[in-house]
Amino acid sequence: MKLKGRKIVGGKAEGELIVSQKPLSFLGGVDPETGVITDAESDIRGERIAEKILAFPRGKGSTVGSYIIYALKKNGKAPKAIIVGEAETIVATGAIIAGIPMVDGIDISKLKSGVRVRVDADKGEVEVDE
Amino acid sequence: MYLTKEEELILAGEYGYALQKAMEILVALGDIYGADRLIPIKSAQVAGVSYKNIGDAGIEFLRDFVDAGARVSVYTTLNPAGIGDDEFMEKQAEVLNLYREMGIEATSTCTPYYGANLPKFGDHIAWSESSAVVFANSIIGARTNREGGPSSLAAAIVGKTPNYGLHLEENRKATLIVDVQAKVRTFVDYAALGYHLGRTLGNDVPYFRGINPEKTEFLKEMGAAMAASGSIALYHVEGETPEYREAVVDKLETITVEDDDIKAVREQFSDDWTGIDMILVGCPHASLPEVKEIAELLTMRGRPLKIPLFITASRAVKALADSLGYTEVIERYNGRIIADSCFVVSPIKGWYNGIATNSGKSAFYFRSFGFNVRLDDAENLVKEAP
Repeated sequence: MKLKGRKIVGGKAEGELIVSQKPLSFLGGVDPETGVITDAESDIRGERIAEKILAFPRGKGSTVGSYIIYALKKNGKAPKAIIVGEAETIVATGAIIAGIPMVDGIDISKLKSGVRVRVDADKGEVEVDE
Repeated sequence: MYLTKEEELILAGEYGYALQKAMEILVALGDIYGADRLIPIKSAQVAGVSYKNIGDAGIEFLRDFVDAGARVSVYTTLNPAGIGDDEFMEKQAEVLNLYREMGIEATSTCTPYYGANLPKFGDHIAWSESSAVVFANSIIGARTNREGGPSSLAAAIVGKTPNYGLHLEENRKATLIVDVQAKVRTFVDYAALGYHLGRTLGNDVPYFRGINPEKTEFLKEMGAAMAASGSIALYHVEGETPEYREAVVDKLETITVEDDDIKAVREQFSDDWTGIDMILVGCPHASLPEVKEIAELLTMRGRPLKIPLFITASRAVKALADSLGYTEVIERYNGRIIADSCFVVSPIKGWYNGIATNSGKSAFYFRSFGFNVRLDDAENLVKEAP
């Protein structure tokens, strides 16, 4: 399945998909030391996002969340790429300062955790193994 | 989004890594929100200062950014810092130094307009700090989106912001009418009105009918509460604020606010004095008239407070209060003026358990932190406090 979105931060990545169907707050919602989701309201609480391709509908919460994404990168716990339904300031800024490829405009409800996915952010393309 | 040749070169990294990253942030935001171009800004106000909020992750980013040569290119002021134990204060000082190294004035106040950074009508600015954003847009008529810390910093470095949202005339029009039937007279009535509407409204531009605030501070307080309990960044008040004449262009939905709505907010924050161990005034940071009022109320009370009263204010206002003699009066009655800081962004849980305040914004945050909260006008607080 090939999905077409829009480039937010350029780059390419390939890896295992992890999908949250709920909006994600990075401040208080993701542990920057371990890359584990800690948000009590998250449907992927307790999951690791490090070295995976992370997909979720959109960011929420404090704008400090951008710095958490940066810390994840510095600690080697960042996702390889970020896919969102709708980009907003917090996650876009975080992905830029951390240099993580990011695509928006993707229907997240079509995605499932566990499958392999290739992201070509320069073209805004997401290819998911069936 | 259209970029000039110079902007393209910045984006390509010709002017170094820090400017490139800042430009990448602005271009991405411009593309996300459909801006046509970048526009120059007159000033920036940067949030993301308290170590309680930004943590080691924020320090790490700021240090890397400073090392990469990040410098602001327009006049930029800074949000308040936090207060904590020695270890906290060491980290806090490091944050302030990093911002200073970028050329930012470490004014450390949420009310830059009471001192160093006063925009004029129509100025494009890039401010974070939700209470200052709503003040600048609504009361002054300057133009800013509700920026976050990193995006206001990026705008300060480049000296520009993407042209979308509240920078555009058409987005500054009212989206609904708020008909205030309730009697709204005091500072806390306005705080309660703002708190109530922040919870009720979405991403609206409300147009108020039926209020005649006696003081600008009342509107400051209303806006701050609205921006804390909700996400309002601009409102208009009939006969009061600078853009109200052009604000209503379509037929709009009207909502009414009754006495019961105001009463409900006051009752929600009516914890008993037995659970209160400090009084907080000055959220957003107090103006000089607000400080003066507290000094007068304490003098009328005539005996020292048993629990401390803190007034948070900008250094500019505190310096005036010092030289005019108000600070001395306030300290005589167990009060203190605290400059450069904010309790909302300080790790004070454990030091205090309950606060009495006249601020709707503080009431909202301290309740969410699990404190007892008593919301009332300063006059009553000073009169009734143990």
